[in-house]
Amino acid sequence: MNPLHLHEHPAIYLVLAALLLAIGIFGFLHRRTLIGMLISGEIIFAAASLNFMAVNRFFAPDPAVGQIFVLFIMGLAAAEVAIALSIIIAVYRNYRSIASAELSELKG
Amino acid sequence: MTPFPFAPYIVAAVFALAVGATLGGALIAVLTSRLIRAVSGLMVCCLGLAGLYYFLNSPFLALMEILIYVGAVCVTIVFAVMLAEPDEPPRRQGARGWLWTGATVAVSAVVGVTLARLSLQGPWPTLPATLASDGSVAAIGRALLTTYSLAFEVISLLLLLAILGALVIARSGRKSASASGGTTSASSPSRPGQSPALQQTPAKKEPALEVVT
Repeated sequence: MNPLHLHEHPAIYLVLAALLLAIGIFGFLHRRTLIGMLISGEIIFAAASLNFMAVNRFFAPDPAVGQIFVLFIMGLAAAEVAIALSIIIAVYRNYRSIASAELSELKG
Repeated sequence: MTPFPFAPYIVAAVFALAVGATLGGALIAVLTSRLIRAVSGLMVCCLGLAGLYYFLNSPFLALMEILIYVGAVCVTIVFAVMLAEPDEPPRRQGARGWLWTGATVAVSAVVGVTLARLSLQGPWPTLPATLASDGSVAAIGRALLTTYSLAFEVISLLLLLAILGALVIARSGRKSASASGGTTSASSPSRPGQSPALQQTPAKKEPALEVVT
């Protein structure tokens, strides 16, 4: 394929979405604070959105459906961030730490 | 009529910039040890993603990505970073730390390579000749208010509940923390002979009460 028309092929978008998902999973396991894990979760959301948009552009019979789905993903991600950040702040107020290794009070 | 002769090169360069910003921003967001740099990496990643959405024929979603992610989500995370700790705790040293890092890399690499191979080899359907809509903003709005109106209402309710829940959760532990600082007068429970209405007045209006108690 001609590298000048790379943006008209679905393969690069799908591979990029898979790479973003891999980076997000790596960060989710690698990070040691709750905020870092939240940021990695946002990257996983971005991978899912990019996959939806690529399939919507190249394979779907109705191009509006995928865009609406990605809009809903954005709304869900915003709600999730609001709730998760308030929980993180409440946790920091109680424990004076947001390191995930120290939140082990229920561990038997 | 031929357009500007270098137009395909410029388009390819912008596309490469969007792909590079997405991947590089995601790597920065995952690998740095300062959380504020991770949030900046997430911002770069979302900017690149907005460029990719533009290449995928939806400038509306590109605008929404910048508006919601860079403008709202990342700024909210920056506020949380300021209220909590700015740094990651030090990593586990020695063989167990390296083993954990290697296992993490292996898991994510297996997931990524498998998904990439599947998406490259998958039997994708071809695009039909006649599309159901043109995918413009008008088509999105029409579909949102007819076919997906129930989901639209439900997600607006969800956002309202998320805002209220975030307020309740973030406010619940605040009384003991602010009573030690002495910023509000509504928080100390050991104050005899006061009506509940008086207890809820903020400290700014009743400075004398705050000094006496």
